[in-house]
Amino acid sequence: MQSWIPVLVYLAIASSVGVVMLGAARVLRVRARHVPPTRAATYECGEEPAGKAWIRFHPRYYLVALVFVLFDVETVFLAPWALATRALGGYAVVEMVVFVAVLLLGWVYAWRKGALRWQ
Amino acid sequence: MTNDPWLRALLEGAAVVTALMTAVAWITWLERKIAGRIQSRLGPTMVGPFGLLQPLADAVKSMQKESIVPRDADALLFWLAPPLTLALALGTAAVIPFSPGLLASDVDIGVLYALALSGLLSFPIWIAGWASNNKYSLLGGMRMVAQGISYEIPMVLSALVPVVLAGTLSMGGVVRHQAEHGWFVVSAPGVGFVAFLVFLLTALAEGNRIPFDIPEAESELVAGPTTEYTAIQWSLFAAAEYAHSLLASAIAATLFLGGWDGPVLPPAVWMVLKTGALFLLITWLRWSLLRLRSDQLMSLCWKLLVPLTLLLLLGAGTWVTLAT
Repeated sequence: MQSWIPVLVYLAIASSVGVVMLGAARVLRVRARHVPPTRAATYECGEEPAGKAWIRFHPRYYLVALVFVLFDVETVFLAPWALATRALGGYAVVEMVVFVAVLLLGWVYAWRKGALRWQ
Repeated sequence: MTNDPWLRALLEGAAVVTALMTAVAWITWLERKIAGRIQSRLGPTMVGPFGLLQPLADAVKSMQKESIVPRDADALLFWLAPPLTLALALGTAAVIPFSPGLLASDVDIGVLYALALSGLLSFPIWIAGWASNNKYSLLGGMRMVAQGISYEIPMVLSALVPVVLAGTLSMGGVVRHQAEHGWFVVSAPGVGFVAFLVFLLTALAEGNRIPFDIPEAESELVAGPTTEYTAIQWSLFAAAEYAHSLLASAIAATLFLGGWDGPVLPPAVWMVLKTGALFLLITWLRWSLLRLRSDQLMSLCWKLLVPLTLLLLLGAGTWVTLAT
């Protein structure tokens, strides 16, 4: 675990960069004396915004997102395999050929069912 | 150097972050110069010799301006998104070996760590799009999610090819293996090269760079998720984008181009040269190519790159088995 100390510390420093810059800007900023009431309005090409943006709408790729979750899990299986292939040799490759074949079968099924389509 | 691991980590981390942010500032200058030349302009010329002080002027300007939070926005998330984006973009540098001795930490799952952190990058951008309560921003955010679920799988799979070839998940280990057995982009006939191309392509999609700047799409969505952002908050997003381009180039150089390995010149110089060359390539592409549509990117990734990278992995496994 010793080797993770620098990573944790580094992450803490990297996270503070943005906060520090926001703080510096708070000190340096020049505030407007007179603020027109429309300034804080949402931008919509200069018009008054027509309603809010927080509405329900069709994202068009719901099924792709589901397939994505499946394949994301599959990459979790592939990572340890990738690490061990060199050590395990031909046996591991044959196993992975079977695994990937099954996976690609599912992938073809998803494609044929139209799951990869922008709906 | 001191022996206390925490103090040592603090000093090294601060040095890496400072170096990175400095590099980020001046590659904005570099990009503007290149963009100018490509478009038969001069780029920045007024501030300092060759416009070299332009990044400083930009920094002061963006800090002096007032950050405006829209009345209808979700203020907390709106403030949270920019620093979070920058933190994630900078975070991957912790495991990148700049020379044999010069890296924050050679953790044994460095490749996974880098992929995980940069994979999270689409979330703060989606948060920004949602929190703005602006239609352009929300559409941009939704496109970012569409992009995320497209490029992620081919990216991870193509990054696993060097892992198979080297037999290790540590970034330092991958480079050491290449220093002994040749760079992966040329060794492992064809497999390494194609994986390199796929990785570079998906890195462009991850960083929202042309041809995949679909979420930002300034000709359709104003500025996408960053439409409502002003002053320093906008600058944080810009800095995050450049930091990501730079670090993605560094990761690609580490995984496929042998990292710090090279003759004559010192290792750190080789690393900078390779990273710089890849960054120049990305910039060149940006000013040469058109933008793809969301569904085109999705088709490209899911119908071509996913099966391709799976086969590449098998090819790499077969090659490793035959070679040993």
